[in-house]
Amino acid sequence: MSRSEHPIARLRGVSKIYGTTQALSDVDFSCFGGEIHAVLGENGAGKSTLMKLLAGVIQPTSGDIEVNNAVTRLTSPADAMVRGLVCMFQELSLVPDLSVRENLMLGAVGTGLGRLNASVVRSAQDILAQIDGGAIGMKTRVADLSLAERQQVEIAKALTRNPKLLILDEATSALNASVVEKVFRLIRAERDRGVGVLFISHRFHEIESLADRISIFRNGAHVETFDNGAYDYSAIISKMVGQRIDDLFPPKPPANPDAEEVLRVDGFSWTDKLRDISIVLRKGQITGLGGLDGQGQGSVLQGLFGLLKGTEGRCVVGGIPVTITHPKQAKNPKLGIALVPEDRKTEGLILQQSIARNLELAALGTDGIDASDVTIYQPFLDALELKCRSLDQPVGELSGGNQQKVALTKWLALGPRCMLLADPTRGIDVKTKTQIYALLRRLADSGVAILLVSTDYEELIHLCDEAHIFYQGRIVRHLTGNDVTAEAIIAASLNIPLPAQTSEAANG
Amino acid sequence: MGNLLRSNQREAIAILVLAVLLTLYLASHPSGPNTYVITIWANQCLILALAAIAQFFAVIVRGIDLSVGAVMALTNCVASYFVIGSGLDMALGIAAVLAVGVACGLFNGAVVVFGRIQPIVATLATASLFVGLALLLRPTPGGRIDYDLADAFTLDVFGIPTALIIAAAVIVLFWVPLRRTGLGLGLYAVGSSEQAAFQSGMPVPVIRLVSFAMGGLFAGLAGLYFSFVTTTGDAGIGPNYTLNSIAAVVLGGVALRGGVGTLTGAMAGAFILKTIGSLMFFSGLPPLAQPFIEGLILAGAIAIGGAGVLRVRNRLEVFGK
Repeated sequence: MSRSEHPIARLRGVSKIYGTTQALSDVDFSCFGGEIHAVLGENGAGKSTLMKLLAGVIQPTSGDIEVNNAVTRLTSPADAMVRGLVCMFQELSLVPDLSVRENLMLGAVGTGLGRLNASVVRSAQDILAQIDGGAIGMKTRVADLSLAERQQVEIAKALTRNPKLLILDEATSALNASVVEKVFRLIRAERDRGVGVLFISHRFHEIESLADRISIFRNGAHVETFDNGAYDYSAIISKMVGQRIDDLFPPKPPANPDAEEVLRVDGFSWTDKLRDISIVLRKGQITGLGGLDGQGQGSVLQGLFGLLKGTEGRCVVGGIPVTITHPKQAKNPKLGIALVPEDRKTEGLILQQSIARNLELAALGTDGIDASDVTIYQPFLDALELKCRSLDQPVGELSGGNQQKVALTKWLALGPRCMLLADPTRGIDVKTKTQIYALLRRLADSGVAILLVSTDYEELIHLCDEAHIFYQGRIVRHLTGNDVTAEAIIAASLNIPLPAQTSEAANG
Repeated sequence: MGNLLRSNQREAIAILVLAVLLTLYLASHPSGPNTYVITIWANQCLILALAAIAQFFAVIVRGIDLSVGAVMALTNCVASYFVIGSGLDMALGIAAVLAVGVACGLFNGAVVVFGRIQPIVATLATASLFVGLALLLRPTPGGRIDYDLADAFTLDVFGIPTALIIAAAVIVLFWVPLRRTGLGLGLYAVGSSEQAAFQSGMPVPVIRLVSFAMGGLFAGLAGLYFSFVTTTGDAGIGPNYTLNSIAAVVLGGVALRGGVGTLTGAMAGAFILKTIGSLMFFSGLPPLAQPFIEGLILAGAIAIGGAGVLRVRNRLEVFGK
């Protein structure tokens, strides 16, 4: 690790004001070449604003940005890219209707509006092959890719633009552990070549394993920068939130495998995506679905919620066999199923509409519930501490964490018997995560059965009472109690036997 | 190969439908399939095809252009004054006609990009402006285009209608090369996701402006070709072509939400629409029933393009793109 002598980019007294909101106030910040610099902070702490300034998407209200020791005005992403500042955005920068190949060529170095250059496609393919993305078809439309595949393409696209400073904003949020490790290998190689890397992630273990230095932001101000390892886990968290959070996860009550069954599926299958899935959800239990991305976990939730056509298998809710063919049937109080989808921006919320209107959506058309009655939502909004100006504010203006609170609340108000959650904490800050974890545990304690798809194995370990691990549309392992360990989850995700089991087999 | 066919599914369907309709038309025409019949058909189709290309450039960047017919009327009137005389006169006249088209397109683009006005409203206003100018030039139909020049563009070369050669040239010499540039890609990027295009480092306002300018150019070409076919100037030709150009791009598989479709598809849509009209004329159907049948065929053709929805196994994909 040879850190460059001068910073590649430097902010001096930078402030950014949106209307009446101060997103960044008087920030001094430097990033050097040959160093991986993690930026930590709650949502709304100013991390994304910082990234957007460096990427040329927005310009500072006051203060200067220096690139290579010269004060520079970054007027557009193209301008920033020419100077070697390349950003991989959390809000994906891929064009959905264009193919992977076309997206890689779009805006590539030296192309502009002129002749397209196919050489970037080849180097991007090399990069994709290194991060388990080799199977992604170059002619596939980006809209047809999974979220994880899109992130892999984003990473490849950013790396083909010869970055001097690579900015990664939640670059790995939808990727599973084994791909993340490969991406990290790539990022470390870039660092060793002298590239500076600015890295935002909400996953602590990722930052711990990757970062050389860590900067903390809080409420738009730069709090502190220190070498990785200088502080422990809980000290870092308390710097971020300004108060100590003792534990990320709420304490787990003893599992109760004999609790009353709420929902049971047997031999659930759908096209070639799901094969013979059997899951039992019990009152008060949180059941996790893990595995690599796109192994069918998400389809199980959609199938149970009546979104898939042509599903097979038996489904029993509250002791009565049912065939769920429509979300309206699923959310009916007789069944009481709720689904909080994976992509809150497109599937969970209507971003232009107000918080109040969004909250009403699930309750509308449900018997016995007055959707326009704000008091049915308020307890959940209070428990989750939703931060907003008023309920008339458009949801799109909220931070990611607060958006998710709205998406959760609209279903909680129906008092569901069974909650299906697709990666509810993806790309969300630590404080909101703890709030959501605590809420889910409280819901479980009150008798709700919860089915949770997660890409973060810490959630499966610390939050869930049991976990099913998927591989190619099948459940390959069912883990309960103390068997839910990081090693067991990763091994099952890759469909390889646990090291311990291998030795047993050898002995036997 | 399967992938290629799937990604061009809309265009493939459009071309198939066109082939069927053309066969029917030629079979039902009283004088049978001869060069004369095909040339007349091709000329009519090319006018609408050029108008549809003009519409395509607005729609592809998530806009719509209600001034296509108006620009045609204006350029038609300009042509009826200047495309006559010596060879040099005519060359300058044609240049002037196309320059007027480009200027109209740039004006539309500027109102949309810098005025931040929705394309549908902006072009509704500019359409009136352009027709107003055309009426000042030609209060009543009149003027003349050089007959020899008009013949050269509207007859045939060795039995192949010149109109079809022009159509092929537009695709091969203009569209295919454009598709291989950052600009060609940028049109789709801006239409599909403006934010993603911007964050990928594309100059979004420039692309949108250029797209409208190219739309103006093709509306001008449509007006010019209309002049060759009719050899006169008429300020009242607009409204019909505007609506038909929109129907043509939709028929040709161009999504009105932007970012999807091809110029070739837009042209195919125009050929289909015109062929349906011609088919009606010789069909022997009562004239009063013809608009009804024409509409039915149009609706049917569009429904075929949407038939994929029936095969969707995940209900969410019905709402997706």
